[in-house]
Amino acid sequence: MEKGKGIMGSGGRWAVDFSDNSTAPPSRDIPDPPGFTRASVDQDDSTVSRQKKDAESNWKAQKAWEVAQAPFKNLLMMGFMMWMAGNTVHLFSIGITFSALWQPISALQGVGKVFEPYKDNKVDLLGPKLLFIALNLGGLALGVWKLNTLGLLPTHASDWVSSLPPAQEVEYSGGGIPL
Amino acid sequence: MDGEVLWEKDFEGESLKVQQVIQPPGSNLIYVVGFASSSLFEMYQINALNGELLKHESAAFSGGFLGEVSPVFSETVVALDSTGLILLTISFQNGKISFHQMPISNLVKDSFGPAKIIPSSVTGIFAIKMNAVTIVIRVKDESKLEVVEKTNHETSISDALSISEGQQAFALVQHASHEIHLRVKLAHNWDDNLLKESVKMDQHRGLVHKVYINNYIRTDKSYGFRALIVMEDHSLLLLQQGEIVWSREDGLASIIDVTTSELPVERDGVSVAKVEHNLFEWLKGHMLKLKGTLMLASPQDIAAIQSMRLKNSEKSKMTRDHNGFRKLLIVLTRAGKLFALHTGDGHIVWSHLLQSLQKSKVCQHPIGLNLYKWQVPHHHAMDENPSVLVIGKCGPSSDAPGALSFVDTYTGKELSSLSLVHSVAQVIPLPYTDSTEQCLHLLIDADKHAHLYPKTPEAISIFEREFSNIYWYSVEDDNGIIKGHALRGKCTGEVADEVCFDTRELWSIVFPSESEKIIATVTRKLNEVVHTQAKVIADQEVMYKYISRNLLFVATVALKGSVEIGSVTPEESWLVAYLIDTVTGRILHQVTHHGSQGPVHAVFSENWVVYHYFNLKAHRYEMSVIEIYDQSRADNKDVWKLVLGKHNLTSPISLYSRPDVITKSQSYFFTHSVKAIAVTSTTKGITSKQLLIGTIGDQVLALDKRFLDPRRTVNPTQAEKEEGIIPLTDSLPIIPQSYVTHALRVEGLRGIITVPAKLESTTLVFAHGVDLFFTQLAPSRTYDSLTDDFNYALLLITIVALLAAIFVTWTLSERKELQENWR
Repeated sequence: MEKGKGIMGSGGRWAVDFSDNSTAPPSRDIPDPPGFTRASVDQDDSTVSRQKKDAESNWKAQKAWEVAQAPFKNLLMMGFMMWMAGNTVHLFSIGITFSALWQPISALQGVGKVFEPYKDNKVDLLGPKLLFIALNLGGLALGVWKLNTLGLLPTHASDWVSSLPPAQEVEYSGGGIPL
Repeated sequence: MDGEVLWEKDFEGESLKVQQVIQPPGSNLIYVVGFASSSLFEMYQINALNGELLKHESAAFSGGFLGEVSPVFSETVVALDSTGLILLTISFQNGKISFHQMPISNLVKDSFGPAKIIPSSVTGIFAIKMNAVTIVIRVKDESKLEVVEKTNHETSISDALSISEGQQAFALVQHASHEIHLRVKLAHNWDDNLLKESVKMDQHRGLVHKVYINNYIRTDKSYGFRALIVMEDHSLLLLQQGEIVWSREDGLASIIDVTTSELPVERDGVSVAKVEHNLFEWLKGHMLKLKGTLMLASPQDIAAIQSMRLKNSEKSKMTRDHNGFRKLLIVLTRAGKLFALHTGDGHIVWSHLLQSLQKSKVCQHPIGLNLYKWQVPHHHAMDENPSVLVIGKCGPSSDAPGALSFVDTYTGKELSSLSLVHSVAQVIPLPYTDSTEQCLHLLIDADKHAHLYPKTPEAISIFEREFSNIYWYSVEDDNGIIKGHALRGKCTGEVADEVCFDTRELWSIVFPSESEKIIATVTRKLNEVVHTQAKVIADQEVMYKYISRNLLFVATVALKGSVEIGSVTPEESWLVAYLIDTVTGRILHQVTHHGSQGPVHAVFSENWVVYHYFNLKAHRYEMSVIEIYDQSRADNKDVWKLVLGKHNLTSPISLYSRPDVITKSQSYFFTHSVKAIAVTSTTKGITSKQLLIGTIGDQVLALDKRFLDPRRTVNPTQAEKEEGIIPLTDSLPIIPQSYVTHALRVEGLRGIITVPAKLESTTLVFAHGVDLFFTQLAPSRTYDSLTDDFNYALLLITIVALLAAIFVTWTLSERKELQENWR
């Protein structure tokens, strides 16, 4: 850090200029290096760049599919941890279940951000996105199923019936042994 | 001297009604005199040491005898003849019985009506009572009777107290309208008074009934006397030197019925507690408390501090409590007196001697029967006072006319009283109230007519709306028949003022009288609240309880088994328990316990019955539980229908539809013999229940209902263990820490009553007998209120410390982030 500061003190940092001068006209004051021939064939340039672009978009699509399949591993790991947690309601099992529910939700909220670096005109991101969403929904369903096995969801008749008051009787009778 | 029975002589074989047993002082003889038939006088002379019969004489008297005899001398008694107008002096000296007659009209000028002898053990004195006039007569010898006193006032003569050699003193107490006159005289000298005192007495204790005297020697060697008088309301007073030294309300030892009443609502601006107006008193109070803290207080100061603390304590305030712990217990005693006890510390708030239950010309032998809540104001709680209804009857027979009395529970004054023309065989409180919040009651008389009270037209219209839904049943245990009745219409040919309805018999259950005898019946309490109709068991299965207020539990024993325990063999006795629907007469469940015997104590709550009896085969007491469930609702398993509310589980049900019930029952051994069983009750019915068992040792044991669960098994599954089912053992455990009465005993325990408080986790328990006991119970521990010693200061400090920590760390982290960004 001191070096950088020192250099800054004597004239600033290095700035790198990435502009490509290989297709620029030769009427520049900087002579070309010896052995360098200007291949100013537009078609060759475009194919190379197209190839590069194709390679790039292929790479991006592949990466997008990989990212879309990432939740699958997460799903398996979550499934295994939930199976370890058991059927009783303890701190560990509640924690695992809630994290299994929260992870897919937060991932679904950030779908756009996850696929941001792979955004490209040629790459169709809809497929990976749908797969990503589907796998996350699967993770959510797994969490909900675990919640059900713990007995915390009102899916049985007993959950809805245990709050019903007794039915009223139409007839009333009294009496007993004479006083 | 050790209480061992030396000898016994039974006179019943000779059909002798023993009237008096006389032992002349200083001799070894006992004279037993009595009447063999209405005109035969018998005298037996028995040796006191060995029971040997020495002499037996009898003599007949043509005029017959009436009432009691009074011994006047060691060998003379006085009796009345059968008309009640002639006094007979009977002497049996030397084995010869001789009668001497003296008509009462010779002694008293204007006497009329039959007389009654008031026996007294004072030598030579006896009293007769003739229609409210009491006459004291002295007997000089066999034939000379002399009237010494004649008075209209209520008089009582004490027993003789021997003060010095040969001298006997006795007390004569007379109750004039507001004063009690006490005179102590020597037995042989009527005209001299050893002591003459008067004490002011107001009428709320009734008239004097008995007097007992005791003597002490004063400093100047003369005799002083104190008298213990027993009043009509069973209270005791000690009179000494012209004033009442102490008094005891011993009528509370014979409580017949108990009900509760709420205290007045606390009004803003009106403080019920006594405020110390005086600054000086306030300063003095604080000085005393300071002295107490610094350990400088003398015993009188400590007593004063205690009494101040008691006066200002919260539990004896006279207003309603937020938790519903402060209530008034209204008790009716056998003497016909109504007391109101405060549940905070048990002091008597007011007491009222009911005139309708006292002996009068109209009612010769009044008996108090029951107490019911009459007016319970909710909407008008600030203006109206609640009142109770007291029902009594004028005689012991079943068709004696009844008497009603309405008493205000805040002031203790009698609002009104009614003497009924009809008898009271049963009282049925109806669940309807009229617009003045009076509860409707139906009184059934011995001719099976139903009378409605209050007799207002509004009550009649409310009643007639529900006319066809009201039924009543009667249990006749002497001939083993239970009959159910319905109402038919207005009575025919009755007095216009009466609101009277005819009833008709609907069904009857006749128990075979040669093999069964009804010994116990029990129903649910009317004001019991049940929280849910479903019981959730293991694996989230549901069983629906059969909750019906019209179920009756009846226990019958074999005829031979209705005697003392152990006097029959197990083959000859059995106990049959029935659950009967009292509207239709259906027997829903019947179970026979072979080889078992009464007495049976039972309690019925929600959908279960617990009953206690004796098992002859196992020589132990047993407790059984029966739980009924409704099978017809078990088809409601579709969750979607239940979520959307498309079920008929809460619609009103009629008992005429076919019931489909299953029952589960189990029996367990129990060590103690019981006197009474009750069950805790709470306002919403959510708290688990405990059975309060009054044992023969006069203590109350709280037994959790989970021990009496018919689904207990020896090896419960994991799901059942989670539900809380205790593994099955053959006997019920008696945990010494679960005695509600701790180390105390409620002497002569007769009944246990539970009252719900406003707080759901707590219930109030009142046990009465000769002693009274009151406590608060929390069967599931107080889950809905903080403990008394909750540390509020610690909570506040923790909250403040956490907030400070949050603020500090927040600023620190912000600063760190800023530094990072600026790097």
